[in-house]
Amino acid sequence: MKIHEYQAKEFFSRYRIPITREKVCYTIDEVAEVAGELGFPVVVKAQVLVGGRGKAGGVKLAKSMEEARAAAGKILGMDIKGCTVEKVLVAEGVKFNSEFYVGLTIDRNSKSVIFMASAEGGVEIEEVAKENPDAIHKFIIDPDLGMSPFMARKIAFRLFEDINLVKQAVDLFQKLYQLFIDTDASLVEINPLVVTDEGKLLALDGKMNFDDNALYRQPAIAALNEPDEDEKKEIEAKEKGLSYIRLDGTIGCMVNGAGLAMATMDMIKYFGGQPANFLDIGGSSNPQKVVEAMKLLMSDKNVHVVMINIFGGITRCDDVARGLITALNQIDVNIPIVVRLSGTNAKEGLEIIKQANLPVVNSMSEAAQEAMRLCKGCSQEKN
Amino acid sequence: MSILINKNTKLLVQGITGRDGSFHTAKMKAYGTNIVAGVSPGKGGQTHEGIPVFNTVEEAVKSTGANTSIIFVPAPFAGDAILEAAEGGIELVVCISEGVPTLDMVKATAYLKKKGVKLIGANCPGLITPDEALVGILPGNIFMKGNVGLMSRSGTLTYEMVNQLTTNGLGQSTCVGIGGDPVAGLYYQELLQMFEDDPETEAIVLIGEIGGDAEERAAQYIKEKISKPVVAFIAGQTAPPGKRMGHAGAIISSGSGTAAEKIAAFEAVGVPVARRPVEIPVLVKQLLAKRN
Repeated sequence: MKIHEYQAKEFFSRYRIPITREKVCYTIDEVAEVAGELGFPVVVKAQVLVGGRGKAGGVKLAKSMEEARAAAGKILGMDIKGCTVEKVLVAEGVKFNSEFYVGLTIDRNSKSVIFMASAEGGVEIEEVAKENPDAIHKFIIDPDLGMSPFMARKIAFRLFEDINLVKQAVDLFQKLYQLFIDTDASLVEINPLVVTDEGKLLALDGKMNFDDNALYRQPAIAALNEPDEDEKKEIEAKEKGLSYIRLDGTIGCMVNGAGLAMATMDMIKYFGGQPANFLDIGGSSNPQKVVEAMKLLMSDKNVHVVMINIFGGITRCDDVARGLITALNQIDVNIPIVVRLSGTNAKEGLEIIKQANLPVVNSMSEAAQEAMRLCKGCSQEKN
Repeated sequence: MSILINKNTKLLVQGITGRDGSFHTAKMKAYGTNIVAGVSPGKGGQTHEGIPVFNTVEEAVKSTGANTSIIFVPAPFAGDAILEAAEGGIELVVCISEGVPTLDMVKATAYLKKKGVKLIGANCPGLITPDEALVGILPGNIFMKGNVGLMSRSGTLTYEMVNQLTTNGLGQSTCVGIGGDPVAGLYYQELLQMFEDDPETEAIVLIGEIGGDAEERAAQYIKEKISKPVVAFIAGQTAPPGKRMGHAGAIISSGSGTAAEKIAAFEAVGVPVARRPVEIPVLVKQLLAKRN
């Protein structure tokens, strides 16, 4: 789960990590009022949950009231990668002489939290990672020790020579680590972390992502979630025990298991089609889940054909078949359905499917080919 | 031979009286797994399906000599259950629970490393050594004893692959579901080495998916350390970036972790990558023929 910059910086502030004076605004008048209070220059920054706002023109410096109003007018309502900007952060313009990057994330290979630090701050860290990976220093944090003063010092000395800055950094890094742990974060970034003309460290921008698996014990963070339209549908599906992600294609898929669901999408692509979605109905045998899954697939008007691919382990194929028949009785399905059932109780399941006069296939490959055959116009899609 | 589990496995089930624990205990027992104990705090002294139940792992291990544990407790308690198993004297912990917070896994993996205890999962289907022991939720009937070692980040995709192997006459030494979470226990490198050292395993199948760079690291490891033939499959070629594909760890972030990168990494070290599950047995047979 992601939160906005202004929300991340509210967390920083609570942990006494120095941030700019700033306020989130929803209208041009509010921006003008806040800018007036802060004094010029101010920076007006789009608050959206996607990256690349700078390149899209979503960050503007304003040296006067007119410029602040103009910047707010341009940014509010702007579209950044499909997200409409509904709020902006107005922050004091700060003079600084150097910028750095610091961040914490989970490292899969060391199975630890790692601290990343770089003197190449202010630019996208992914680009630094690609072009000059040695410029990013990485430190594995032992979960038993946490961020010890010695470790924080070691990191700080990689970035700063001035002992006053090192001291500030040691304090800041320890707080940042504590924030990461306390909030079950998956990413905390300050980019840039600047040294002001007064010799103070200051977080100019901030980013926080959180571990979805831990949201149950972080209710205050879960409450900050702002799902977009697609995500709302995903959440709705999740409440019914389904894992759903909408895509752009025409072949709707219903599969048990995430890996098999991905492999099913790949198979459709292999035979020249485009999957309309990822849909994992999970491991249990509840026929009602199949009904909900069919409703979900039918709600996507791009779906021209449905491909059901089940390999029964815990899931029983006859339960899936029964669920499908119930779904067909309950909802109006006027597009072709291809069913592949293997594994636990496949024979019984296929018998039910045959009685309903639905086409039955023997393998995943056959299912994808049959779906393509039944899907008019599917193979003429872009690649 | 085989890896990790065999006839001598003495299994403890943590969460034996819960819905999933109870259901799969019966399945594992029916397969022939030697289940010696269960743990369910507050239900010590009872028996479940004829299996003695204890309040703590320590008591269960002391009384029954259990050496392997499988965990079915709900995700919020799974991290603690892993720690308890390791502290209680278990040598191999298999965690099935899905949705365990990542920081709980960071803590657990660090502790188990210190104790020298092995972990499989979390968020995994477990593992099986055909005809000897089933420690997990895998459907036992599709497996067949043989010489192919298999490891996978996915559950049902594993069944699909195993079914391909079995119906084509290729049995399995041990099949391990390593789980779909970003921070998990034993991973490709450790398992590749175990299969390399296992005299019964003649070929290895590795089933990966998008997210992270473990497949790229595995490719490098195969190049340096593995002499047995390896065949790979990567799920998620059509997955969009920035979306978590069901598994917590299956996400393309900042443009890295794509299927294309992983496939390229394997092919660069001479590991063939099947484009469809049906190609797996064909490739395994080709490599085995070449080797003999």
